[in-house]
Amino acid sequence: MTTLSNPLALIAELTHRCPLHCVYCSNPLELQTRTSELSTDVWSRVFREAAELGVLQADFTGGEPLARPDIVELVRTARAAGLYVNLITSGLPLDETKLASLVEAGLDHMQLSFQGVREETANEISGTKSHAQKLRVLDWLRGHRIAVTLNFVIHRRNIDQLEEMLALAESSCATRVEFANVQYYGWAFANLENLLPTRAQLDHSVEFVKREQERLQDKIRIDFVVPDYYAKYPKPCMGGWARKLILLTPSGDALPCHAAQIIPGLSFENVKDRSLREIWEHSAAFEKFRGEAWMQEPCKTCDRREQDFGGCRCQALLLAGDAAATDPVCSLAPLRPKVDAILAGLNAAPPSQLLVKPAWLYRPNPT
Amino acid sequence: MPPELNSRPRLAPGCRLGENNQQRVLQMPERALRLIGPSLEIIERCDGQHTVQQIIADLQKIYSKAAPQKVEQDIIGYLELLQKERALDFESGASL
Repeated sequence: MTTLSNPLALIAELTHRCPLHCVYCSNPLELQTRTSELSTDVWSRVFREAAELGVLQADFTGGEPLARPDIVELVRTARAAGLYVNLITSGLPLDETKLASLVEAGLDHMQLSFQGVREETANEISGTKSHAQKLRVLDWLRGHRIAVTLNFVIHRRNIDQLEEMLALAESSCATRVEFANVQYYGWAFANLENLLPTRAQLDHSVEFVKREQERLQDKIRIDFVVPDYYAKYPKPCMGGWARKLILLTPSGDALPCHAAQIIPGLSFENVKDRSLREIWEHSAAFEKFRGEAWMQEPCKTCDRREQDFGGCRCQALLLAGDAAATDPVCSLAPLRPKVDAILAGLNAAPPSQLLVKPAWLYRPNPT
Repeated sequence: MPPELNSRPRLAPGCRLGENNQQRVLQMPERALRLIGPSLEIIERCDGQHTVQQIIADLQKIYSKAAPQKVEQDIIGYLELLQKERALDFESGASL
Protein backbone atom coordinates (compact mmCIF):
# COMPACT_ATOMS: atom_id res chain seq x y z
CA MET A 1 0.00 0.00 0.00
CA THR A 2 1.33 3.41 -0.95
CA THR A 3 1.28 6.27 1.52
CA LEU A 4 -2.05 7.99 1.59
CA SER A 5 -1.95 11.66 0.65
CA ASN A 6 -4.25 14.13 2.35
CA PRO A 7 -7.48 15.43 0.81
CA LEU A 8 -7.24 18.93 -0.71
CA ALA A 9 -10.87 19.96 -0.76
CA LEU A 10 -13.98 19.38 1.28
CA ILE A 11 -17.18 19.58 -0.73
CA ALA A 12 -19.83 20.56 1.78
CA GLU A 13 -23.37 19.93 0.55
CA LEU A 14 -24.87 22.07 3.27
CA THR A 15 -28.46 21.37 2.28
CA HIS A 16 -30.44 19.79 -0.53
CA ARG A 17 -33.07 22.51 -0.30
CA CYS A 18 -33.01 24.77 -3.37
CA PRO A 19 -35.34 27.25 -5.04
CA LEU A 20 -34.20 25.99 -8.45
CA HIS A 21 -35.31 22.74 -10.06
CA CYS A 22 -32.51 22.26 -12.62
CA VAL A 23 -32.96 19.29 -14.90
CA TYR A 24 -29.29 18.29 -14.53
CA CYS A 25 -28.89 18.79 -10.77
CA SER A 26 -25.89 16.89 -9.34
CA ASN A 27 -27.78 15.96 -6.17
CA PRO A 28 -29.01 12.38 -5.85
CA LEU A 29 -32.52 11.47 -6.97
CA GLU A 30 -33.34 10.87 -3.33
CA LEU A 31 -32.97 14.26 -1.64
CA GLN A 32 -32.37 14.76 2.07
CA THR A 33 -34.79 16.82 4.16
CA ARG A 34 -34.13 19.81 6.40
CA THR A 35 -34.57 17.84 9.62
CA SER A 36 -31.66 15.54 8.73
CA GLU A 37 -29.19 18.42 8.16
CA LEU A 38 -26.06 18.75 10.30
CA SER A 39 -26.00 21.44 12.97
CA THR A 40 -23.74 24.50 12.91
CA ASP A 41 -21.62 22.93 15.67
CA VAL A 42 -20.96 19.70 13.81
CA TRP A 43 -20.00 21.59 10.65
CA SER A 44 -17.65 23.79 12.70
CA ARG A 45 -15.90 20.74 14.13
CA VAL A 46 -15.67 19.21 10.66
CA PHE A 47 -14.01 22.36 9.28
CA ARG A 48 -11.35 22.24 12.02
CA GLU A 49 -10.77 18.52 11.40
CA ALA A 50 -10.51 19.18 7.67
CA ALA A 51 -7.86 21.86 8.10
CA GLU A 52 -5.87 19.57 10.43
CA LEU A 53 -6.09 16.81 7.84
CA GLY A 54 -4.50 19.10 5.24
CA VAL A 55 -7.61 20.23 3.38
CA LEU A 56 -7.04 23.64 1.75
CA GLN A 57 -10.47 24.56 0.54
CA ALA A 58 -14.11 24.23 1.55
CA ASP A 59 -16.62 24.27 -1.29
CA PHE A 60 -19.99 25.29 0.08
CA THR A 61 -22.63 23.89 -2.18
CA GLY A 62 -26.06 22.32 -2.00
CA GLY A 63 -28.81 22.46 -3.00
CA GLU A 64 -28.61 26.16 -2.39
CA PRO A 65 -26.16 26.79 0.47
CA LEU A 66 -27.76 30.18 1.15
CA ALA A 67 -30.90 28.30 2.22
CA ARG A 68 -29.04 27.63 5.50
CA PRO A 69 -29.92 30.42 7.96
CA ASP A 70 -26.46 29.98 9.57
CA ILE A 71 -24.53 30.43 6.31
CA VAL A 72 -22.62 33.52 7.50
CA GLU A 73 -21.58 31.67 10.67
CA LEU A 74 -20.45 28.66 8.62
CA VAL A 75 -18.30 30.87 6.38
CA ARG A 76 -16.79 32.48 9.46
CA THR A 77 -15.92 29.19 11.19
CA ALA A 78 -14.51 27.58 8.02
CA ARG A 79 -12.33 30.62 7.41
CA ALA A 80 -11.24 30.73 11.08
CA ALA A 81 -10.26 27.05 10.81
CA GLY A 82 -7.86 28.11 8.06
CA LEU A 83 -9.80 27.01 4.98
CA TYR A 84 -10.22 28.90 1.72
CA VAL A 85 -13.96 29.39 1.46
CA ASN A 86 -15.72 28.98 -1.85
CA LEU A 87 -19.49 29.46 -2.18
CA ILE A 88 -21.27 27.87 -5.12
CA THR A 89 -24.65 29.52 -5.37
CA SER A 90 -27.58 30.39 -7.59
CA GLY A 91 -27.58 33.81 -5.93
CA LEU A 92 -31.31 33.59 -5.40
CA PRO A 93 -31.75 34.01 -1.64
CA LEU A 94 -29.23 36.87 -1.58
CA ASP A 95 -29.53 40.58 -0.93
CA GLU A 96 -26.90 43.29 -0.59
CA THR A 97 -26.76 43.07 3.21
CA LYS A 98 -26.32 39.29 3.21
CA LEU A 99 -23.58 39.56 0.59
CA ALA A 100 -21.71 42.14 2.67
CA SER A 101 -21.97 39.87 5.76
CA LEU A 102 -20.60 36.89 3.83
CA VAL A 103 -17.63 38.91 2.61
CA GLU A 104 -17.03 40.32 6.07
CA ALA A 105 -17.10 36.75 7.49
CA GLY A 106 -14.23 35.82 5.17
CA LEU A 107 -15.72 34.47 1.96
CA ASP A 108 -12.88 34.14 -0.57
CA HIS A 109 -14.58 33.15 -3.78
CA MET A 110 -18.11 33.07 -5.14
CA GLN A 111 -19.15 30.87 -8.02
CA LEU A 112 -22.41 32.22 -9.37
CA SER A 113 -24.27 29.63 -11.41
CA PHE A 114 -26.14 30.58 -14.55
CA GLN A 115 -28.60 28.31 -16.30
CA GLY A 116 -28.25 30.23 -19.54
CA VAL A 117 -27.75 33.78 -20.68
CA ARG A 118 -31.20 34.33 -22.16
CA GLU A 119 -33.97 34.66 -19.65
CA GLU A 120 -36.23 32.18 -21.42
CA THR A 121 -33.71 29.31 -21.62
CA ALA A 122 -32.45 29.95 -18.09
CA ASN A 123 -35.93 29.92 -16.58
CA GLU A 124 -36.92 26.80 -18.51
CA ILE A 125 -33.87 24.84 -17.31
CA SER A 126 -34.15 25.98 -13.70
CA GLY A 127 -37.92 25.60 -13.62
CA THR A 128 -38.20 29.00 -11.97
CA LYS A 129 -37.75 32.73 -12.64
CA SER A 130 -34.18 33.29 -11.59
CA HIS A 131 -32.20 35.05 -14.27
CA ALA A 132 -32.89 38.69 -13.43
CA GLN A 133 -31.82 38.19 -9.79
CA LYS A 134 -28.47 36.72 -10.92
CA LEU A 135 -27.77 39.86 -12.92
CA ARG A 136 -28.46 41.96 -9.82
CA VAL A 137 -26.05 39.85 -7.75
CA LEU A 138 -23.40 40.25 -10.41
CA ASP A 139 -23.78 43.99 -10.14
CA TRP A 140 -23.51 44.01 -6.31
CA LEU A 141 -20.33 41.92 -6.50
CA ARG A 142 -18.46 44.85 -8.07
CA GLY A 143 -18.37 46.51 -4.68
CA HIS A 144 -16.47 43.66 -2.99
CA ARG A 145 -12.91 42.32 -3.10
CA ILE A 146 -13.58 38.61 -3.58
CA ALA A 147 -12.91 36.33 -6.54
CA VAL A 148 -15.89 35.77 -8.80
CA THR A 149 -16.45 32.89 -11.20
CA LEU A 150 -19.43 32.56 -13.49
CA ASN A 151 -20.48 28.92 -13.79
CA PHE A 152 -22.40 28.02 -16.90
CA VAL A 153 -23.65 24.46 -17.11
CA ILE A 154 -23.66 23.63 -20.81
CA HIS A 155 -25.98 21.37 -22.78
CA ARG A 156 -27.76 21.15 -26.11
CA ARG A 157 -30.14 24.04 -25.45
CA ASN A 158 -27.55 26.64 -24.49
CA ILE A 159 -24.29 25.48 -26.07
CA ASP A 160 -24.91 27.87 -28.97
CA GLN A 161 -24.96 30.83 -26.54
CA LEU A 162 -21.33 30.73 -25.35
CA GLU A 163 -20.50 34.02 -27.03
CA GLU A 164 -23.28 35.84 -25.18
CA MET A 165 -22.27 34.14 -21.92
CA LEU A 166 -18.71 35.32 -22.31
CA ALA A 167 -19.87 38.84 -23.13
CA LEU A 168 -21.78 38.84 -19.84
CA ALA A 169 -18.64 37.72 -18.01
CA GLU A 170 -16.55 40.40 -19.70
CA SER A 171 -18.99 43.10 -18.67
CA SER A 172 -18.78 41.91 -15.04
CA CYS A 173 -16.08 41.70 -12.36
CA ALA A 174 -15.57 37.95 -12.90
CA THR A 175 -12.02 36.76 -13.49
CA ARG A 176 -12.97 33.18 -14.22
CA VAL A 177 -15.62 31.44 -16.30
CA GLU A 178 -16.51 27.77 -16.16
CA PHE A 179 -18.22 26.28 -19.18
CA ALA A 180 -18.97 22.88 -17.71
CA ASN A 181 -20.85 20.51 -19.94
CA VAL A 182 -23.41 18.43 -18.09
CA GLN A 183 -22.11 15.11 -16.79
CA TYR A 184 -24.69 12.39 -17.00
CA TYR A 185 -25.71 10.94 -13.64
CA GLY A 186 -28.84 11.31 -11.51
CA TRP A 187 -31.19 14.01 -12.80
CA ALA A 188 -29.03 14.65 -15.87
CA PHE A 189 -29.02 10.96 -16.77
CA ALA A 190 -32.82 10.96 -16.58
CA ASN A 191 -32.90 13.98 -18.94
CA LEU A 192 -29.96 12.92 -21.12
CA GLU A 193 -31.98 12.56 -24.29
CA ASN A 194 -32.82 16.25 -24.20
CA LEU A 195 -29.52 17.61 -22.88
CA LEU A 196 -26.69 15.94 -24.76
CA PRO A 197 -25.31 18.29 -27.46
CA THR A 198 -24.68 17.20 -31.03
CA ARG A 199 -21.18 16.57 -32.37
CA ALA A 200 -21.44 19.68 -34.56
CA GLN A 201 -22.42 21.84 -31.57
CA LEU A 202 -19.57 20.48 -29.50
CA ASP A 203 -16.93 20.95 -32.21
CA HIS A 204 -18.06 24.51 -32.72
CA SER A 205 -17.92 25.28 -29.00
CA VAL A 206 -14.46 23.75 -28.56
CA GLU A 207 -13.11 25.92 -31.35
CA PHE A 208 -14.76 29.02 -29.90
CA VAL A 209 -13.37 28.41 -26.41
CA LYS A 210 -9.86 27.85 -27.71
CA ARG A 211 -9.94 31.16 -29.59
CA GLU A 212 -11.35 33.09 -26.64
CA GLN A 213 -8.88 31.58 -24.14
CA GLU A 214 -6.15 33.06 -26.29
CA ARG A 215 -7.81 36.47 -26.62
CA LEU A 216 -8.63 36.84 -22.91
CA GLN A 217 -5.50 35.26 -21.47
CA ASP A 218 -4.53 38.03 -19.07
CA LYS A 219 -8.09 38.94 -18.19
CA ILE A 220 -10.43 36.01 -17.75
CA ARG A 221 -9.53 32.38 -17.23
CA ILE A 222 -11.88 30.07 -19.13
CA ASP A 223 -12.20 26.49 -17.94
CA PHE A 224 -14.03 24.16 -20.29
CA VAL A 225 -15.34 20.73 -19.33
CA VAL A 226 -16.35 18.51 -22.26
CA PRO A 227 -19.29 16.11 -22.20
CA ASP A 228 -17.27 12.94 -21.72
CA TYR A 229 -19.51 10.83 -23.98
CA TYR A 230 -17.63 12.56 -26.81
CA ALA A 231 -14.17 12.10 -25.31
CA LYS A 232 -11.59 9.54 -26.34
CA TYR A 233 -10.52 8.84 -22.78
CA PRO A 234 -12.51 9.20 -19.58
CA LYS A 235 -12.14 12.08 -17.15
CA PRO A 236 -10.06 11.47 -14.01
CA CYS A 237 -13.28 11.62 -12.02
CA MET A 238 -12.78 13.57 -8.74
CA GLY A 239 -9.02 13.40 -9.44
CA GLY A 240 -9.24 9.68 -8.62
CA TRP A 241 -11.56 7.94 -6.14
CA ALA A 242 -10.75 9.10 -2.59
CA ARG A 243 -7.49 10.68 -3.71
CA LYS A 244 -8.14 14.42 -3.36
CA LEU A 245 -11.69 15.13 -2.25
CA ILE A 246 -14.22 14.37 0.44
CA LEU A 247 -17.88 15.16 -0.08
CA LEU A 248 -20.25 15.48 2.85
CA THR A 249 -24.00 15.23 2.30
CA PRO A 250 -26.34 17.51 4.27
CA SER A 251 -26.78 14.80 6.92
CA GLY A 252 -23.02 14.20 7.24
CA ASP A 253 -22.47 11.06 5.19
CA ALA A 254 -18.93 11.09 3.78
CA LEU A 255 -18.73 10.19 0.08
CA PRO A 256 -15.86 10.01 -2.38
CA CYS A 257 -18.07 11.70 -5.05
CA HIS A 258 -21.48 13.31 -5.61
CA ALA A 259 -23.20 10.21 -6.92
CA ALA A 260 -21.47 7.43 -4.93
CA GLN A 261 -24.67 6.47 -3.13
CA ILE A 262 -26.01 4.84 -6.29
CA ILE A 263 -23.30 2.16 -6.09
CA PRO A 264 -24.76 -0.95 -4.46
CA GLY A 265 -22.94 -2.50 -1.52
CA LEU A 266 -21.08 0.62 -0.35
CA SER A 267 -21.69 1.80 3.18
CA PHE A 268 -20.80 5.31 4.20
CA GLU A 269 -19.50 6.65 7.48
CA ASN A 270 -21.05 9.73 9.03
CA VAL A 271 -19.14 12.66 10.53
CA LYS A 272 -21.46 12.55 13.54
CA ASP A 273 -19.86 9.20 14.49
CA ARG A 274 -16.29 9.46 13.20
CA SER A 275 -13.62 12.08 12.72
CA LEU A 276 -12.84 13.18 9.19
CA ARG A 277 -9.37 11.65 9.50
CA GLU A 278 -10.73 8.23 10.51
CA ILE A 279 -13.10 8.37 7.56
CA TRP A 280 -10.42 9.42 5.09
CA GLU A 281 -8.05 6.71 6.25
CA HIS A 282 -10.39 3.81 6.98
CA SER A 283 -13.85 4.19 5.40
CA ALA A 284 -14.58 1.02 3.43
CA ALA A 285 -16.34 3.08 0.76
CA PHE A 286 -13.22 5.23 0.30
CA GLU A 287 -10.98 2.16 0.21
CA LYS A 288 -13.16 0.35 -2.33
CA PHE A 289 -11.85 2.00 -5.51
CA ARG A 290 -8.74 3.67 -4.15
CA GLY A 291 -5.49 2.81 -5.93
CA GLU A 292 -5.44 0.11 -8.61
CA ALA A 293 -6.19 -3.23 -6.96
CA TRP A 294 -9.89 -3.11 -7.95
CA MET A 295 -9.23 -2.48 -11.64
CA GLN A 296 -10.28 -4.84 -14.42
CA GLU A 297 -8.81 -5.09 -17.91
CA PRO A 298 -8.20 -3.00 -19.93
CA CYS A 299 -7.53 -0.52 -17.05
CA LYS A 300 -5.39 -2.91 -15.03
CA THR A 301 -2.50 -2.87 -17.52
CA CYS A 302 -3.27 0.43 -19.25
CA ASP A 303 -0.56 3.12 -19.49
CA ARG A 304 -3.14 5.77 -18.67
CA ARG A 305 -4.33 4.24 -15.39
CA GLU A 306 -2.45 6.82 -13.32
CA GLN A 307 -3.84 9.65 -15.44
CA ASP A 308 -7.55 8.89 -15.47
CA PHE A 309 -7.85 6.24 -12.72
CA GLY A 310 -10.26 4.17 -14.81
CA GLY A 311 -12.67 7.10 -15.21
CA CYS A 312 -15.91 7.41 -13.31
CA ARG A 313 -17.25 4.58 -11.12
CA CYS A 314 -20.81 5.86 -11.19
CA GLN A 315 -20.81 6.09 -14.98
CA ALA A 316 -19.44 2.54 -15.13
CA LEU A 317 -22.37 1.42 -12.99
CA LEU A 318 -24.96 3.36 -15.01
CA LEU A 319 -23.75 2.22 -18.44
CA ALA A 320 -22.03 -1.11 -17.77
CA GLY A 321 -23.99 -2.27 -14.74
CA ASP A 322 -20.70 -2.80 -12.86
CA ALA A 323 -19.04 -0.05 -10.82
CA ALA A 324 -15.62 -1.72 -11.22
CA ALA A 325 -15.78 -1.84 -15.01
CA THR A 326 -13.74 0.49 -17.22
CA ASP A 327 -15.72 3.70 -17.71
CA PRO A 328 -17.65 2.95 -20.93
CA VAL A 329 -16.87 6.39 -22.37
CA CYS A 330 -13.26 5.23 -22.78
CA SER A 331 -12.46 4.29 -26.38
CA LEU A 332 -10.67 1.22 -25.00
CA ALA A 333 -13.64 0.02 -22.94
CA PRO A 334 -15.45 -3.14 -24.02
CA LEU A 335 -18.77 -1.29 -23.66
CA ARG A 336 -17.85 1.83 -25.65
CA PRO A 337 -20.26 0.71 -28.43
CA LYS A 338 -23.10 1.45 -26.03
CA VAL A 339 -22.03 5.11 -25.79
CA ASP A 340 -21.46 5.25 -29.55
CA ALA A 341 -25.00 4.00 -30.12
CA ILE A 342 -26.40 6.84 -27.95
CA LEU A 343 -24.34 9.39 -29.90
CA ALA A 344 -25.25 7.88 -33.28
CA GLY A 345 -28.95 8.04 -32.52
CA LEU A 346 -28.72 11.66 -31.41
CA ASN A 347 -26.53 12.84 -34.28
CA ALA A 348 -28.74 11.18 -36.91
CA ALA A 349 -31.90 12.87 -35.62
CA PRO A 350 -33.27 15.77 -37.69
CA PRO A 351 -32.28 19.12 -36.10
CA SER A 352 -35.92 20.23 -35.86
CA GLN A 353 -36.55 17.33 -33.50
CA LEU A 354 -33.65 18.14 -31.22
CA LEU A 355 -34.86 21.41 -29.78
CA VAL A 356 -38.54 20.64 -29.28
CA LYS A 357 -39.53 21.59 -25.74
CA PRO A 358 -39.41 18.28 -23.91
CA ALA A 359 -41.25 16.96 -20.88
CA TRP A 360 -38.41 17.66 -18.41
CA LEU A 361 -38.00 15.70 -15.24
CA TYR A 362 -37.53 18.59 -12.79
CA ARG A 363 -35.77 18.14 -9.47
CA PRO A 364 -38.14 18.91 -6.56
CA ASN A 365 -37.36 21.02 -3.50
CA PRO A 366 -37.21 18.81 -0.39
CA THR A 367 -38.95 20.02 2.76
CA MET B 1 3.75 41.37 -20.88
CA PRO B 2 6.47 41.89 -18.25
CA PRO B 3 5.34 44.08 -15.34
CA GLU B 4 6.60 47.66 -15.16
CA LEU B 5 9.39 48.18 -12.67
CA ASN B 6 7.66 51.06 -10.92
CA SER B 7 4.25 49.33 -10.62
CA ARG B 8 3.11 47.96 -7.27
CA PRO B 9 1.88 44.35 -7.35
CA ARG B 10 -0.89 43.36 -4.98
CA LEU B 11 -2.67 40.04 -4.52
CA ALA B 12 -5.86 39.95 -6.60
CA PRO B 13 -9.29 39.48 -4.99
CA GLY B 14 -9.72 35.88 -3.84
CA CYS B 15 -5.96 35.30 -3.61
CA ARG B 16 -4.25 35.20 -0.24
CA LEU B 17 -1.49 33.66 1.79
CA GLY B 18 -2.49 30.67 3.85
CA GLU B 19 -0.90 27.88 5.79
CA ASN B 20 -1.28 24.14 5.34
CA ASN B 21 0.68 21.27 6.87
CA GLN B 22 3.13 23.82 8.33
CA GLN B 23 3.78 25.19 4.85
CA ARG B 24 2.88 28.58 3.43
CA VAL B 25 0.63 28.47 0.38
CA LEU B 26 -0.82 31.00 -2.02
CA GLN B 27 -4.50 30.22 -2.24
CA MET B 28 -6.40 31.16 -5.38
CA PRO B 29 -9.78 30.24 -6.85
CA GLU B 30 -9.61 26.49 -7.48
CA ARG B 31 -5.81 26.38 -7.17
CA ALA B 32 -3.02 26.72 -4.65
CA LEU B 33 0.74 27.16 -4.91
CA ARG B 34 3.14 25.96 -2.24
CA LEU B 35 5.60 28.72 -1.39
CA ILE B 36 9.18 28.06 -0.45
CA GLY B 37 12.18 30.38 -0.11
CA PRO B 38 12.23 33.14 -2.70
CA SER B 39 8.64 32.60 -3.90
CA LEU B 40 7.42 33.34 -0.37
CA GLU B 41 9.74 36.38 -0.08
CA ILE B 42 8.26 37.73 -3.31
CA ILE B 43 4.61 37.09 -2.45
CA GLU B 44 5.01 38.65 1.00
CA ARG B 45 6.03 41.86 -0.74
CA CYS B 46 3.10 41.87 -3.18
CA ASP B 47 1.19 44.19 -0.85
CA GLY B 48 0.43 47.17 -3.07
CA GLN B 49 3.24 49.09 -1.26
CA HIS B 50 6.45 47.67 -2.72
CA THR B 51 7.27 48.42 -6.36
CA VAL B 52 8.65 45.65 -8.56
CA GLN B 53 11.97 47.50 -8.41
CA GLN B 54 11.95 47.44 -4.60
CA ILE B 55 11.11 43.73 -4.50
CA ILE B 56 14.07 43.06 -6.79
CA ALA B 57 16.39 45.16 -4.64
CA ASP B 58 15.23 43.40 -1.44
CA LEU B 59 15.77 39.94 -2.87
CA GLN B 60 19.13 40.86 -4.34
CA LYS B 61 20.15 41.74 -0.79
CA ILE B 62 18.73 38.50 0.71
CA TYR B 63 20.27 36.36 -2.03
CA SER B 64 23.49 38.32 -2.32
CA LYS B 65 25.44 35.27 -3.45
CA ALA B 66 23.36 34.95 -6.62
CA ALA B 67 24.07 37.10 -9.68
CA PRO B 68 21.86 40.24 -9.36
CA GLN B 69 20.84 39.94 -13.02
CA LYS B 70 19.66 36.38 -12.45
CA VAL B 71 17.63 37.37 -9.37
CA GLU B 72 15.94 40.12 -11.38
CA GLN B 73 15.08 37.75 -14.25
CA ASP B 74 13.70 35.12 -11.88
CA ILE B 75 11.50 37.65 -10.10
CA ILE B 76 10.13 39.11 -13.35
CA GLY B 77 9.45 35.56 -14.58
CA TYR B 78 7.65 34.63 -11.38
CA LEU B 79 5.52 37.79 -11.40
CA GLU B 80 4.55 37.09 -15.01
CA LEU B 81 3.52 33.58 -14.04
CA LEU B 82 1.36 34.93 -11.22
CA GLN B 83 -0.14 37.46 -13.59
CA LYS B 84 -1.13 34.63 -15.95
CA GLU B 85 -2.77 32.94 -12.97
CA ARG B 86 -4.70 36.19 -12.34
CA ALA B 87 -3.17 36.22 -8.86
CA LEU B 88 -1.83 39.79 -9.04
CA ASP B 89 -3.09 43.26 -9.80
CA PHE B 90 -0.47 45.84 -10.72
CA GLU B 91 -1.17 49.28 -9.41
CA SER B 92 0.24 52.18 -11.37
CA GLY B 93 3.69 53.46 -10.54
CA ALA B 94 2.63 56.90 -9.31
CA SER B 95 3.69 57.31 -5.69
CA LEU B 96 1.00 56.73 -3.08
